[in-house]
Amino acid sequence: MSDLPVTLQVRPGYLWSRFSRSPVAIIAAAITLLMTLAALAAPLLAPQNPFDPAVLELTNGLLPPAWVDGSDTRFLLGSDDQGRDMLSALLYGSRVSLFVGLASVLFAAGLGVLVGLIAGYAGGWIDTLAMRLADVQLTIPAILIALMIDGLARAALPPGVHDAVAIYVLIFSIGIADWPQYARVVRAATAVQKTLGYVSAARVMGVPGPVIVLRHILPNVLTSVLVLGTLGLALAIISEATLSFLGVGMPPTSPSLGTLIRIGNNFLFSGEWWITLFPSLTLVVLALAVNLLGDWLRDALNPKLK
Amino acid sequence: MSLHRALAVLAAVTFFAGPAHAGNVLRWASQGDAMTMDSHAQNEGQTRTFAQQVEEALVSRKPDLTKIPGLAVSWQLVKPTTWEFKLRPNVKFHDGRPFSSDDVVFSFKRALMPTSDLKDLIATVADVKAVDSLTVRITTKGPDPILLDEITNIFIMSRGWADEHKVTTPQDYNAKQETYAVRHKNGTGPFKLELREPDVRTVMVKNPDWWGLKDNPHNIDRIIYTPIQNKATRVAALLSGELDFLLDPPVQDVARIESSGMFQVQRATSPWTIFLGMNAGRKELLSSSVKGKNPFADVRVRKAMNMAVDVNAITQRIMRGFAQPAGNVVPPGVYGYDPAIDVHLSFDVDGAKKLLTEAGYPQGFDVRLDCPNDRYLNDEQVCQAVVGMLARIGVKVTLDLKPRTLHFPKVQTKQTDFYMYGWGTDTTDAHNHLSFLALPTSVSNATQYVDQPLFDLINAMATEIDKAKRDAMIKEASIKLRDAYSYIPLDHPIIAWATRKGVNVPIATDNLPHFEYARFAP
Repeated sequence: MSDLPVTLQVRPGYLWSRFSRSPVAIIAAAITLLMTLAALAAPLLAPQNPFDPAVLELTNGLLPPAWVDGSDTRFLLGSDDQGRDMLSALLYGSRVSLFVGLASVLFAAGLGVLVGLIAGYAGGWIDTLAMRLADVQLTIPAILIALMIDGLARAALPPGVHDAVAIYVLIFSIGIADWPQYARVVRAATAVQKTLGYVSAARVMGVPGPVIVLRHILPNVLTSVLVLGTLGLALAIISEATLSFLGVGMPPTSPSLGTLIRIGNNFLFSGEWWITLFPSLTLVVLALAVNLLGDWLRDALNPKLK
Repeated sequence: MSLHRALAVLAAVTFFAGPAHAGNVLRWASQGDAMTMDSHAQNEGQTRTFAQQVEEALVSRKPDLTKIPGLAVSWQLVKPTTWEFKLRPNVKFHDGRPFSSDDVVFSFKRALMPTSDLKDLIATVADVKAVDSLTVRITTKGPDPILLDEITNIFIMSRGWADEHKVTTPQDYNAKQETYAVRHKNGTGPFKLELREPDVRTVMVKNPDWWGLKDNPHNIDRIIYTPIQNKATRVAALLSGELDFLLDPPVQDVARIESSGMFQVQRATSPWTIFLGMNAGRKELLSSSVKGKNPFADVRVRKAMNMAVDVNAITQRIMRGFAQPAGNVVPPGVYGYDPAIDVHLSFDVDGAKKLLTEAGYPQGFDVRLDCPNDRYLNDEQVCQAVVGMLARIGVKVTLDLKPRTLHFPKVQTKQTDFYMYGWGTDTTDAHNHLSFLALPTSVSNATQYVDQPLFDLINAMATEIDKAKRDAMIKEASIKLRDAYSYIPLDHPIIAWATRKGVNVPIATDNLPHFEYARFAP
């Protein structure tokens, strides 16, 4: 983790000046912002609510995009086999994907930061226990953990209930798979901060441990969490898509981008390319933009690369 | 897609240039595997497909479903309720045990046991007795005009083998029982089961001692089956030359498979009906928030559900013409089918809403639909479309998609309110569909719909030998069952089989291939 900032005070002005000089960062940020806004405003922008089965008409199924012969102007990017408007499905689908991504990152970061702070500050056997736990979990691929948890939830919950809570199960499964990353970084940063003068001073003044950790150390390790979180967001979005593609994520009645790709996969050979191409492109662009932004943020905040 | 063509060529080149393999290997795939190798434990299509390669019945069928001598060489009715069968001499099971009348008696007794899924099929059988080592008499409870059709599904096992491996009772499939017969088979048929890995691979090899070889000298040395659930993967496997035969090409890809010029696609209307069943007998639905009463108990609700489902849209859009709309569970191609009865209620959303309001559900209700996702053509898409159609009359459906191995036990133990199911013929007679789908004792009927006169009619049909009277009974029962609306008939699928050019697998209208009739071009 040597490429991550350990101690750093960032001036907003400095960050902005670096940002305005990086075309990659500007484009990535613009795309991310645009897609997020479009996803947020999906109910206003989308011609159809693709989650409402009552509006789907089979007779509108498999229409090609507007610029291809035999299309219908109401379906700008075409429709899938159920008569679902692809544009609306994309808007609503990115909403699900972004929400799951953000929520699982917040969950993973929250848990990871907590464990990292405690382990780093307390040291001793607590530290050893927490870090070995993280090590063990890191040896198991994240997607496997997510699959396992989703499978367990599927077996344990009645199907009606499972569909309703599918999105939270996803968030939990992706989040729980990612916490060790945050825990390790925060623990390392905390262990360094702990030895610095201001912490010793606070301790001498009789400030209680939890207060030192939360008020003094936490703000100083947050920049690393920010970088990890942005990079993690792209990964979480892809994890969600993978799980949904495998059929253990979002149900087909409320599809995320991954579910849409899975549905479209059936039409790969039959000429209805738009059903799989548009969701795939959306996923690629979204994940790439977020990733580039995260990359840039890491470079910008790394004192060694100044 | 020149890449795929290139890959296919490459695969073909390696195929022919590779080291000489043991004769002709037929590699085939379909979306879902057989449920068990114990052919008495499940009366299900794919399970029977494997059974009929390895095992034989007294009377067999050709791919066009005509009956031919199997393990019996001749038969005659000695009394109205007694059939006598002369058995084929000098037949050996794959393990070397000789075949005799004792094995026939044992197999019928086994197929009549409580854990057998075939007991309803031969419910009219009262007794099976060996007269001598090559003669068997089957006595029925009353005259049974379709006994010969029924017993084409009763595969003969070796008593000695069953004793040795402690499989004298059929596997209890719904209790997830594991027995030796779940992964092993010992029959007299044209192929031997060499390897069984459920959901991975099943390998069968030619039985060089098969009695039928002199009349039917097939050139298939080895059969390798791989289940491939994903549609695109299945098509890719065929196009790339990994398969010789694909049982169920996705309907949207048939045109593309044909246009490649390397494959041929055979089509046939199958004697099958795909339908949804509603549980009308339960006091309270398991999955609905309506408590204290069962919406499906009201015929108006069931009729409204039938009216809300647009079967024409399903057959044209989702099945792309590879199905014809169904109005009755009795399909074309079986004896007693009447196109005048096979008409679905007109699609009428307003009429359906009105009926629901009359029945006291102006806002609709909620229910769960249990659906398989690897059994019938486009089953998942059809169920999704039904969810949308029913939403329009206010019926909020939660869709529960499951693989067939989890879905069927749910229906067979009646732990479902609303389910997708399909029924293909066992006997090519309407009585088979009517009895299995209407009688309350049938494991394949989870509607729990009660109509005693209808039950009596169906039971009487089983022993009626006056043709005109029996025809009238089939007609009356078909109309009665249709107008009970306990089922929502969806479609009769048109099956399509894709084979690589140079391999011929004659299409069987029941969708169950007979590989002893397949041939590799010399």
